[in-house]
Amino acid sequence: MRNVFLFIRRYFNFLFFLVLQIVSLSFLFRYNKFHEAAFMGVAGEMTGRLNEKFNNVGYYFKLKMTNEELVRENKRLNQLLRENLEGPDSNRKLVSDTTYTDSLKKILKYVYLEAKVVGNSVNSQANFLTIHRGAAESVKPNMGVVSSQGIVGTVVNVSENYAVVMSLLHRQYKVVVKLKNGGDRGTVEWDGLSPFFITLKDIPKSARVNIGDTIVTSQTSSLFPPNIMVGTVHEIIDDKSSNFYSLRLRTATNFFNLEYVYVIQNTQYEEQKRIEDSTRKKFQ
Amino acid sequence: MSDLLKNTIRFFLFILVQVFILFKMPPLHRYITPYLYYLFILWLPFSMPRMSLTLTGFFYGLCLDYFTHTPGLHAAACTLIAYLRPFVINLLISQEGADKNYGSPSITSMGWAPYGTYVFVLTLFHHIYLVFLEWMSFGSFWYFIGKITATTGISMVLILLTELLFFRKDKFRTNTV
Repeated sequence: MRNVFLFIRRYFNFLFFLVLQIVSLSFLFRYNKFHEAAFMGVAGEMTGRLNEKFNNVGYYFKLKMTNEELVRENKRLNQLLRENLEGPDSNRKLVSDTTYTDSLKKILKYVYLEAKVVGNSVNSQANFLTIHRGAAESVKPNMGVVSSQGIVGTVVNVSENYAVVMSLLHRQYKVVVKLKNGGDRGTVEWDGLSPFFITLKDIPKSARVNIGDTIVTSQTSSLFPPNIMVGTVHEIIDDKSSNFYSLRLRTATNFFNLEYVYVIQNTQYEEQKRIEDSTRKKFQ
Repeated sequence: MSDLLKNTIRFFLFILVQVFILFKMPPLHRYITPYLYYLFILWLPFSMPRMSLTLTGFFYGLCLDYFTHTPGLHAAACTLIAYLRPFVINLLISQEGADKNYGSPSITSMGWAPYGTYVFVLTLFHHIYLVFLEWMSFGSFWYFIGKITATTGISMVLILLTELLFFRKDKFRTNTV
């Protein structure tokens, strides 16, 4: 017993070092499971506030560009207004019947919530954004985030007033997308090379792809509404040993100057998740 | 200014510079990430006990981690260099008792060559460990080698600039042993 104490006293510094290493490595590798709940709430609030202070300075210099972007988006939205579309609808007749189906009533599935970007990184291999909108304003993890140009990422962590978004430029980020022309689905991920390009995998060779084609979100991703811009095809990589193309896309979103983003709330996400999970459990 | 106050100010200053200037720079290449923040650990006084040195390194790294949303990554690397620091200093200190006569490691207290080696060795350890942890989750061997080389080069240039711009006058203290 005495020898054990002697050993500990002799190598105390080394043991202390080992303990700290184990603590930090367990933080690193068990991050998703328990860490965010325990520490990230408070720390996220603090770093978020600092980021916001810094952003107030940088934002001023980007006002002009942000304004131009908003004008462009307003123009696009104005064009979608109902009043712009005219023409008598002569091929549909309302017939009263005993069964009541309201074919005109639609439900609001996706709700857009605007948020200001207060922190953003592009030069690491694991990029995150911090947005100034948190749990108090109904942001939850697993909500899609888009900008006026295209998709941005997914919310992974929320505190009271801030939320952290895993950017499309993160090595572990994956999202299901489709070709606008033809509808073939594939998965987009980032190879870490350049913040301007992402890779789209698993597009079957039967699909007709040209350089410059538009890639949009697919309704199967369930985080994003369908047909939101993801990027355009920049290069087609034809791997002779497989039946699938790999496409290099230019991202629609410019990650360098993001100022405002929209968080998308899928009002039926929980319901869809529940039925999918229960099905999976049934057949395990 | 007392050592404690000076180092507390440095603590915040280095983290803010790293987060809001160096991490905000447009990326030059995927191999290059400019790191300067760990210079805080290299500048800590000689007289600090080894245990509190290691502990300071851990908390310092953790503080940066909360900004980059990677808890534990920088903390592990900083703990490593804070732990290794006394060994490297013992090997490199040239004059007898320089670590007693001067406050902290610097060009004046150690001399150009030993101080340069000290910075280079710890920079290398820091980057190897950091990139290694990153490499475990993704990347290839060439990414590993390339990133260590490029990042170490950039860090050394940054540290040289910092040393020249903010020259630390370290007074010779006698009778302090």
